[in-house]
Amino acid sequence: MLGNKNIQNNEVWEIGCNAPRIDAFTKVTGAEIFAADLYPEGFLWLGVKRSEFPHAHVLAIDGSAAGNIAGVVTILTYKDIKGSNRLGIFEKDQPILADKTVRHYGDAVALVVAESKDSLMAALAAIRVEYEPLPPVFDPEAALEAGAPILHPTRQDGNALIQSEIVCGDGAANLGKCAFRATVKIQTGWQEHAFLETQTGVAWMEEDGTLSMTVSTQTPFRDRLELAEALGFSPAKIHVVAPSLGGGFGGKDGVTVQGFLALAAMHSGGRPVKIWYSREESILAGAKRHPLRAEYTVGCDQDGVLQALSCQLLFDTGAYASLGSEVFALAMEHAGGPYRIPNVSVRGSVVYTNNPVSGAFRGFGVPQVAAAMEQVMDELAKAGGFDPIDLRRQNAVRRGDTSPTGVLLTQTTGLLECLGQLERHPLWRQRKNWRDEAPDFKLRGVGIAAVCHSVGFGPAIADYANAKLEILTDGKIRIYAGVSDMGQGNASTYAQIAGHVLCQPHETMELVLPDTARTLPSASSSASRTTFTYGNAMIGAAELLRDRLRARAALMISFQLLHSVPVEDITLLPGMAKHLPSGRGVPLPLVAAMMDASERTATYSYTCPVNDQLISSGENLRMHGFPHRIVTYGAQLVTVEVDTLTGETSVCDMLNCVDAGRILNPQVYEQQVQGGAAQGLGYALYEEFVVLDGRILTGDFSTYILPTALDVPDMVTVPVTPNEKEGPFGMKGVGEIGIDGVFPAIANAIADATGSRIAAGTMSAEKVLAALHQTGQECRL
Amino acid sequence: MTLNFILNGNPISVETPPDRRVVDLLREDLGLSGTKECCGSGECGACTILVDGESRLSCLMLAAQLEDRVILTIEGVAANGEFHIVQQAFVNHGAVQCGFCTPGMILATLDLLRRIPDPTREDVRRELSGNLCRCTGYQKIVDAVMAAARIVNGGAR
Repeated sequence: MLGNKNIQNNEVWEIGCNAPRIDAFTKVTGAEIFAADLYPEGFLWLGVKRSEFPHAHVLAIDGSAAGNIAGVVTILTYKDIKGSNRLGIFEKDQPILADKTVRHYGDAVALVVAESKDSLMAALAAIRVEYEPLPPVFDPEAALEAGAPILHPTRQDGNALIQSEIVCGDGAANLGKCAFRATVKIQTGWQEHAFLETQTGVAWMEEDGTLSMTVSTQTPFRDRLELAEALGFSPAKIHVVAPSLGGGFGGKDGVTVQGFLALAAMHSGGRPVKIWYSREESILAGAKRHPLRAEYTVGCDQDGVLQALSCQLLFDTGAYASLGSEVFALAMEHAGGPYRIPNVSVRGSVVYTNNPVSGAFRGFGVPQVAAAMEQVMDELAKAGGFDPIDLRRQNAVRRGDTSPTGVLLTQTTGLLECLGQLERHPLWRQRKNWRDEAPDFKLRGVGIAAVCHSVGFGPAIADYANAKLEILTDGKIRIYAGVSDMGQGNASTYAQIAGHVLCQPHETMELVLPDTARTLPSASSSASRTTFTYGNAMIGAAELLRDRLRARAALMISFQLLHSVPVEDITLLPGMAKHLPSGRGVPLPLVAAMMDASERTATYSYTCPVNDQLISSGENLRMHGFPHRIVTYGAQLVTVEVDTLTGETSVCDMLNCVDAGRILNPQVYEQQVQGGAAQGLGYALYEEFVVLDGRILTGDFSTYILPTALDVPDMVTVPVTPNEKEGPFGMKGVGEIGIDGVFPAIANAIADATGSRIAAGTMSAEKVLAALHQTGQECRL
Repeated sequence: MTLNFILNGNPISVETPPDRRVVDLLREDLGLSGTKECCGSGECGACTILVDGESRLSCLMLAAQLEDRVILTIEGVAANGEFHIVQQAFVNHGAVQCGFCTPGMILATLDLLRRIPDPTREDVRRELSGNLCRCTGYQKIVDAVMAAARIVNGGAR
């Protein structure tokens, strides 16, 4: 730990140390400016009129009364859009503003631009929309039946966004011959990102016709292309700035408010427009974690060696595709968990319904399939009388193995060590005593889960980054981070990498956050790849700059010594380039001053290597990311106490053993693991997202319950750190692995305590109490 | 109406409708955007300010309630360029991720340490349970508050 070291210490924060995050200094004083904090001179408020039906034709939109309200500048509808009016990353199916049809309650129908919030609210209420209601479909199974209302009639496959099958070995054929078998059937619910900064931004037209926006987005560069097509505008004329995000977690991966901002800015007479969703609007309109219906059957032989697995997956993507196909591809790839299973059949579908839209959320399909796989593993252990850790260890993948879905594991594979750390921990070794010491009216249980999580975009989409850094003539080093920092601290890590390579202290570093006019194009902040990819690019750029500085310093010192100085004899030290044989040094600002501006800036492009393996099934998943090359692993343990009077479950301890390769900054690593685990805890116990006939019943923070400081225990994090040669300094990416195993670990702990499993949604007090009642354990001492 | 109150150590006088939300007055009219808004309904604590030293939710307060009060926002916690011991502890202990809850957390911590100078981890968790954080899992925030309390009690500041 850092202890209470003075903040101003002029130290070089090498790779591997607890460097304080550069952004933390401005965040603790309130000086950090988020997109939400911008109120440009003369700005107008922008708001959205939303659908009153889950499925309907839009017959007419009458904004005349609204337009007459004092302070209203303009009312905009789809008729004002020049382009395709279709957003989407792969499947472009989502209108900015509904043209013919609304498909869920959150659909946007019209925009209002007004002088004040009061005028805005009055005008939104005064817009009259005439609808012809259409039959809706809310159940994902019903959506696939013949005769179901079709959401996107121009598509070929009815309501199926994508369907696929991966078969390895003999598939599910031999399940019947297994000595032991277990089956679980579960449903997981939606999960709301609940980033504290809701979707927000400002935009205006520059005098030269450029559309400028500052917006809370994970994808500033991709947004330009998405907007340009939808609005019929040149991407070169769209300038996007992404300051620090007040949280993202996948929910700002792609266009949220950017289409509204762009359209409004084009029609506001040159004045800036601002939009900032209320919490209720954020929950109504934002994408969620996909709900999953899953049926799993797994079988092993007499000795606990896994023989076969059958999985059926049904995801509900709601009204639009968003990243549904990509989430699905990752879920399919990870469906069998981190085990050796020779015979596997995974079949799945993603369907459109008139429910809220689902999309990217930290974990990206893996928490859902892990919830099923790790519960069925515990049920198999019970059926065969195996120890849950023994069963997992015996079947754990090693490097060189093939995953259950046929992916050859060519890179570091630390699962065995994660399981070993878990098994050796007192929380596991002393679990029987701990359970037996449960106080009155409490039942105690211990549960585990093992998971894996792939890094990056897979074989079809270039996983690239372009790093750029510059030494200024005062010796300061400016880091141009082209990838959004949604709170994970990646921008600060890039500065740490540069400081390490150049041997320069933290204080000399300054950050430029994503800005399509200043930073170089890089792919999104997502997929556990943000530091992996940009970090590799930053090493390249910093080494280029380092070598230029040394070369110029060598030249300068050679003039002093009157003989040539080899570059190899120059060492960079804080603020200084030093020639060790002569002891002479040149201050770095002086070296920089002797360089041309073009030399003072270094750039480097890096694209991740991909898994080139051709897998004979699941071919239609390839373009959506299957298969991957780099994989992180985790084994998680929770201890729970279930109150037999109320059904409430408290998590007492959490142990996270995580292989995400080498660690660049232990503090930032722990932030990711702890934060992910806390979101997993909320997903498992509190965050019941209720939708009735397409309408969200948990539309605010008084009904959608997030974990507080009282609900999340102090956790133990045990890093497992194999050196991943392709990662920057041996790292793999730790953004998502922490969330994946928490749901099933808690489910397994509750089953250990009560003997029951909750089959659908969160394991709320109400449902656990009902299970206790059914098994005669309610109010048990 | 004309309101008079002390804001971050300075007496000020502002002309504002009495029913203007304090969070809007601070952010939009006075340019103090360090006070955040995230739920608008008193559930999350992001808009926490100190009113006469006690933590209050500025999204649930109306401007008229500021009359004659002493108000502290995050911008007034330390003088320009300096860091309060609590702010320093948040930096050093990794209690800051996206940072949107941070101003409210720090002000709630100041109130907590005023009332409970030597808190246990349980005290900290209970007292900060009205401030939501979606990034950290709270552990490092508790670490930071405990460290700040140790320094305050050790007479370091």
